[in-house]
Amino acid sequence: MAAELKKAIYPENATIGLPTQHRFDPYTLNGGTIVGVAGDNFAILAGDTRLSEGFMIHSRDTSKIYKLTEKTFLGTCGFQGDVLTLTRLLNARLTMYEFEHRKKMSSTAISQMLSTVLYYRRFFPYYTFNILAGIDTDGKGCIYSYDAVGNYEKHTYHASGTASSMLQPLLDNQVGYLNQEGVRRVPLTIDKARTLIKDVFISATERDMYTGDSLHIVTITSDGVTEDHFPLRRD
Amino acid sequence: FRNQYDSDVTVWSPQGRLYQVEYAMEAVKQGAAVVGIKSRTHVVLAAFKRATDDLAANQKKVLAIDDHIGVGFSGLTADAQVLTKFLRTECLNSKYAYNTPHSVTRLIAALGAKMQICTQVYGRRPFGVGFLVAGFDETGSHLIQTCPSSNYYDCKAMAIGARSQSARTYMERKLEEFEDCDRNKLITHGLTALRECLSDGDLDTKNCSMAVVGKGENFQIYDGDAIASFISFTL
Repeated sequence: MAAELKKAIYPENATIGLPTQHRFDPYTLNGGTIVGVAGDNFAILAGDTRLSEGFMIHSRDTSKIYKLTEKTFLGTCGFQGDVLTLTRLLNARLTMYEFEHRKKMSSTAISQMLSTVLYYRRFFPYYTFNILAGIDTDGKGCIYSYDAVGNYEKHTYHASGTASSMLQPLLDNQVGYLNQEGVRRVPLTIDKARTLIKDVFISATERDMYTGDSLHIVTITSDGVTEDHFPLRRD
Repeated sequence: FRNQYDSDVTVWSPQGRLYQVEYAMEAVKQGAAVVGIKSRTHVVLAAFKRATDDLAANQKKVLAIDDHIGVGFSGLTADAQVLTKFLRTECLNSKYAYNTPHSVTRLIAALGAKMQICTQVYGRRPFGVGFLVAGFDETGSHLIQTCPSSNYYDCKAMAIGARSQSARTYMERKLEEFEDCDRNKLITHGLTALRECLSDGDLDTKNCSMAVVGKGENFQIYDGDAIASFISFTL
């Protein structure tokens, strides 16, 4: 009745004149993209450092990559409030594990734990899209990608976040050598992987407004970890 | 010790004593010795690891609670582990909620409150374990002794467990030296005091363990081969 009345007086799609209901929306999207690539003896996790909300930029240098142990790093994007709470919770769980088992958690153990932690909130999820990167006990690099409620899979490469739908097909082609004819599948070296990731993020920055400012790359090998920053377009 | 007022913790004797609590304190006196000494900047714990059998490994006596707090215990190991888990969870919660290391005195006050319940409820028994808590926080160094009675005492030096009176006598003699003692001298004092509690044989890498915490130094346990060099410095 009210709707018909509104249609008679106001133009299409007008929202004035109708009683509106306000609900608390618990989530917001803070944007950003992360990419993970694994090789025989390395794992690379890279993420842009822009934190945004709609057209507003909250920060140009907030990293999305969090250290869990010497050999395992977590990349998370989505809703920053849940990102912060999730990482705090994981750190507490890691400390407890170390006390009780008297050793640090392995990458495989952390990957399973993250899944259960996320599923525990199945009916009010952590709005986070995670990529876990690490070196397993055999020295091989591994990347695990997650959805918001804990489904996870081990991959050689994955992209998450606002530009993921642009980057994933690109990675399929260049890292997975998919959808190409007559191509030589050469295993990726660390340097080739890093160059590829930089190029991939430059492309993402051009087309996705939520991605940009700077790139934080973490390279994990059994010898140690190197981190670097690389500037991206700030528009 | 047998009398008509000692069957329950909820029964007072006509002299105003709780015999069950006093019997629990006997359990601590029977346990293997633990010694603690503090200076202005460091706290040292040294403990005997009793072996029930030549075939069994010596029991762990010194446990880490957080980066800045650790405990040595004497008495029922199972009770010690339950309370240690409680202390660890409290510290984790403090880090999670406030991002600050837990204050040592507040932590022990919480432990005291928990232990007191068992001295006043029908059907429960007091915890049969005494701790020497070593910690360093923003108010400085702390050495706190806890009892099954749920009392806790701030100490400059203390020893608990079997034959601990000899260690206390040694430390009373050297008390003036402790406050400004340097770290390594403090460790030497701790192990020398511990040696006083020996009935036969000598300190070796298997039967004792030591821990230090202090300004700029996280709680670190020295066990097995790591303790060998410190033992050789004892007088």
